[in-house]
Amino acid sequence: MKAVVVLFPGSNREGDAVRALEMATGKKPQIVWHAETELPAGTDLVLLPGGFSYGDYLRCGAIAGRAAIMDAVRAHAARGGLVLGICNGFQILCEGGLLPGVLMRNKDLRFICKMQHLRVECADTVFTRAYTKNQIIKVAIAHGEGNYEADDETIKRLEGDGRVAFRYCDDKGVVGGLANPNGSTNDIAGIYSDKRNVLGMMPHPENLIDPLVGGIDGAGLFKSLVAA
Amino acid sequence: MSQSIEITPQLVAEHGLKPDEYERILKLIGRAPSITELGIFSAMWNEHCSYKSSRLHLRKLPTKAPWVIQGPGENAGVIDIGDGQACVFKMESHNHPSFIEPYQGAATGVGGILRDVFTMGARPIACLNLLRFGAPEHAKTRHLVSGVVAGIGGYGNSFGVPTVGGSVNFHTRYDGNILVNAMAVGLAKSDEIFYAKATGIGRPIVYLGSKTGRDGIHGATMASASFEADAEEKRPTVQVGDPFSEKLLLEACLEIMAKGCVIAIQDMGAAGLTSSAVEMGAKGGLGIELDLDHVPCREEGMSAYEMMLSESQERMLMVLDPAKEKEAEAIFVKWGLDFAVIGKTTDTKRFVIKHKGKIEADLPIMELGDEAPLYDRPHVPTPKKPVIEAASVKPPKSNADALVHLIGTPDLCSKRWVWEQYDHLILGNSVQQPGGDAGVVRIGDGPKGLAMTTDVSQRYCEADPVEGGKQAVAEAWRNLTATGALPLALTDNLNFGNPEKPEYMGQIVGCLEGIGDAARSLDFPIVSGNVSLYNETQGRGILPTPSIGGVGVIADVTQSASVAFKKAGQQIILIGETKGWLGQSVYLRDVCGREEGAPPPVDLVAERRNGDFVRALITARRVDAVHDLSDGGLAVALAEMAMAGKVGAKITIDLGAQPHAILFGEDQARYLLSASADEAGKIVADAKASGVPVAIIGTTGGDALELPGEKPVAITALETAHEGWLPAYMAGQA
Repeated sequence: MKAVVVLFPGSNREGDAVRALEMATGKKPQIVWHAETELPAGTDLVLLPGGFSYGDYLRCGAIAGRAAIMDAVRAHAARGGLVLGICNGFQILCEGGLLPGVLMRNKDLRFICKMQHLRVECADTVFTRAYTKNQIIKVAIAHGEGNYEADDETIKRLEGDGRVAFRYCDDKGVVGGLANPNGSTNDIAGIYSDKRNVLGMMPHPENLIDPLVGGIDGAGLFKSLVAA
Repeated sequence: MSQSIEITPQLVAEHGLKPDEYERILKLIGRAPSITELGIFSAMWNEHCSYKSSRLHLRKLPTKAPWVIQGPGENAGVIDIGDGQACVFKMESHNHPSFIEPYQGAATGVGGILRDVFTMGARPIACLNLLRFGAPEHAKTRHLVSGVVAGIGGYGNSFGVPTVGGSVNFHTRYDGNILVNAMAVGLAKSDEIFYAKATGIGRPIVYLGSKTGRDGIHGATMASASFEADAEEKRPTVQVGDPFSEKLLLEACLEIMAKGCVIAIQDMGAAGLTSSAVEMGAKGGLGIELDLDHVPCREEGMSAYEMMLSESQERMLMVLDPAKEKEAEAIFVKWGLDFAVIGKTTDTKRFVIKHKGKIEADLPIMELGDEAPLYDRPHVPTPKKPVIEAASVKPPKSNADALVHLIGTPDLCSKRWVWEQYDHLILGNSVQQPGGDAGVVRIGDGPKGLAMTTDVSQRYCEADPVEGGKQAVAEAWRNLTATGALPLALTDNLNFGNPEKPEYMGQIVGCLEGIGDAARSLDFPIVSGNVSLYNETQGRGILPTPSIGGVGVIADVTQSASVAFKKAGQQIILIGETKGWLGQSVYLRDVCGREEGAPPPVDLVAERRNGDFVRALITARRVDAVHDLSDGGLAVALAEMAMAGKVGAKITIDLGAQPHAILFGEDQARYLLSASADEAGKIVADAKASGVPVAIIGTTGGDALELPGEKPVAITALETAHEGWLPAYMAGQA
């Protein structure tokens, strides 16, 4: 597994992503600068980390979605290569045309950082095979714009094709109501591309890899990838 | 010298300079100053930059210890934490701007303090804050809470540093003058600290970061004046923060520091280009010559006066190694930041400003700082308040009901609504998050960590500044100790009223005396700080609020302690002496409606002895929950431990004739612990042998907290009361 982490100006969770990948793969992933036009040869996984790319003063991820490196990322995805966008990375994937829909401001208009339970919707992808279907995991969220919205047609297609990766839920696995922290449609916390080689998610599995710091429920995602 | 504007007494007054201070200027330079020079003096000689009212008293504070690498006087304090690592930290206020424009005021407060820390070569690893708002029922409070919290989050979250702790209180004395104190903690190599002192003659002075605009002109002067009713009209002097630029500035600065390009560095904070340039020259005993034609400007047609006084954010000034100028420039260009050589160091000890071919200022650089006015302001001690006997304080109908009421009051309720808006998890090292005694952050992959906290009990300081000052330091020390950390040093942010009024000056002098005493007794030196005076509105000062930010080290974070009860069947141990001190307690204030009496006295010998005993227990992993006792006393601490662990407790001791005094008294130097029955017996024996007051007071277990002679209160009921008030208030429902 050769993983790279793309660094945009304003990325700030790249170190957390590097740490999680290093823990799972045993080697430090390469950092790729946003102004590059090519990915390193032999790249298997491109990770777009969390942060506030370009300050996110425009729509979140809108400028990063058009950065030079993104053409290479789009080509990599088109070839079936793996792409994981976390938080700002998810917003960039939507703005960059790799995933449908958009992340709107949280329903109560406030940034929210807390531990959040998720339900793993499918465990048969390269990103989630270390989990079981419907497993409840605890990860962190930290975002102001995580409210996933798409037109009815798109939502229907995502649901019909089994492309919803995770849903917000409570500790018992019940979705909806107060368990949804940001107003996301159908409690969606993450989605796949049609070939399921691109995953975008708002929560931070990379911050839940250590029993001393919150728990290890996020490690499964990185373990799943290593097996790829 | 360019003399386009006549300096009138009115103009002098508008610059916050008193007539005798202006006379001092005339004597110093032997002529009338130019308008630019007048602006420079006003910036350098205001309270915020010169500490003219407090300097005399600040000198009495202990600032040294074998582990102190850099005490007050630099951008931030630096302490040695072993293994070649240094911790760099400071706290600073942004009170006045935050009242006028809460989001940007608070945001730029965070930005400023982060810059102070990374200017020293440290990568910021955590932020904290201490906030004081007016009474909840005041018309502006909700708006200010909302804006300040969003501003702190907006800046810190984007910059990418976890906010791991803080303190939020409300009181009507802050109605017209809130407090926003921000603290940042960073990590550096102990032999790679960067300082402001310029060395070498003819070396390039480089301007880095964002462009200069007209924002914040006279910000430091505003911070040194009292508010009148027209505060909102000062909105144009509040700067606008850009955390994105600051993040780029951080990465670029650390990169050029690592490449050895930097000889001296100073951030442009209060009084911008003026104070940063003067500081660098004066510290190095050199002159500075600036050519403002090269300053990157955001707006057209800025005058020398405006450029010298602008407080535009996210800017730095550096003296570079001339051999590495090109290398440094390339790094800044890569990060998309401005880089301009705007002057040079000279051997003249003059501060010379050129603009459009004219000399706009030519001043003696050393005297700008050294000859700033120094006042021994008249001060009167605060009259001692009577000690309030517990027997004279009305007991509640039910102690359990009083507890439920207290944990839902604005000061004691959960601040989750606040800290959930701060990213407290980024960097993946937050071992203990907001809501406990102190934030605990692992350093890299560990095992070492740092504990950090902010604290002050302003009602104690108001009643007795000396005891209150002591208590603020002791409580910060206790907060750190309760996590298992060894407290190493503190930063202070001294928020007071108008020092020209003897009663307020008396509060300053008293609090500093108490802070100094406690810091000496606890080996807890002051390594950095900030003074914010003139915090008053229409003649009434705030409560004296000397915020203390403490930092301690934990050799192995896996052995740090937290407040949560971990399991049922553990013995609950109370360390320290409980006399039932109700004077100035939150019980007296929030249940009886009386803000009265002398505050609890602080016995520093007992603090030290009890704290050292508790820390040793934690380090030896003999206890599984630890909490220090503070506002609300024993009962509130028990409730917090039960809620944090979702494990109940039954208290079985005899509370004597005044149960409410034992439950809610705020005697100092106390901790609650939990341990197995076996271990508890040994702890009691060890405590007795060490002269530490100790008692086993009950057992953990169940899903309720049961106080002696009271109906049990379900943890869920405690939580409802504790979590309810703030979200309801912010939604306009409380």
